[in-house]
Amino acid sequence: MKARVTVTLKNGILDPQGKAIEGALKSLGVEGIASVRQGKVFDIELPGADKAKAEAALKDAADKLLANTVIENYRVEVLS
Amino acid sequence: MKSAVLVFPGINRERDMARTLKLVSGHEPAMVWHAETSLPKGTDLVVLPGGFSYGDYLRCGAIAARSPVMDAVRKFAADGGLVLGVCNGFQILCESGLLPGILMRNAGLKFICHDVHLRVERSDTPFTRGYNAGQVIRVPVAHGEGNYAADEETIRRLEGDGRVLYRYCSASGEVGDTHNINGAAQSIAGIVNARGNVLGMMPHPENHVEDIMGCTDGRGLFAGLAAHLERAA
Repeated sequence: MKARVTVTLKNGILDPQGKAIEGALKSLGVEGIASVRQGKVFDIELPGADKAKAEAALKDAADKLLANTVIENYRVEVLS
Repeated sequence: MKSAVLVFPGINRERDMARTLKLVSGHEPAMVWHAETSLPKGTDLVVLPGGFSYGDYLRCGAIAARSPVMDAVRKFAADGGLVLGVCNGFQILCESGLLPGILMRNAGLKFICHDVHLRVERSDTPFTRGYNAGQVIRVPVAHGEGNYAADEETIRRLEGDGRVLYRYCSASGEVGDTHNINGAAQSIAGIVNARGNVLGMMPHPENHVEDIMGCTDGRGLFAGLAAHLERAA
């Protein structure tokens, strides 16, 4: 089974890296970009076919390590 | 003083720290590998040094904070033992839950490596008793992620309970945006936990302890710890 965990900064948390990317896009002349926030994507493979079990394991992984919930939110998706 | 310096893969300031601890206390610290599950018997100070544990992968300090030795450190701290984390050590303490908040990328995005001034906010703690309250000390910083952040309630509690021990300031002790090198909330350079036995700080006091270093302002922190532990013994 393939899954994806997406980690993003919570609203209100300053993202200097996102701001720098935003500035770089502007200087490249890429138009129509209002703002950029940088996050992380984890592509994860799991054995077995039990979706509920996979989701529980991914949530456990995100809570314990992949995200720091002081500043980040995460989303778990089982893709196939 | 029977100190233990934790050694994680990728840190690089452990020998500076060990040298300073020996110099100030007269006792050689134990070097404790991250995979250990216990601390040496009789340890009264645990130090998490600076560096780049696990290459700063995922988030600074995140992986080191989950290493086996940290369970022993958590237990040690819960029993009232003194814990000091410097730079990456501070990041590890935040990631491990021993201190609140997190160290974010510096507001200016650059790695900052130079001397800074710190205001010692109070002198009645084991980590500051070598100084006077309000004293300004000069110590180096070397970090890319030292921008302390926490939710408003946490910041309010830290300030209300006097848990900010070190703050970035000018040479004359003024605190403000121009002296806040990395954009940290409230110019925070170092905080303690609620119980007051775990300190995390971004600057490196261990690098200003001998005349040959050009400044000995960092010595007070370690001398204070040694005096505190000697009296407790």
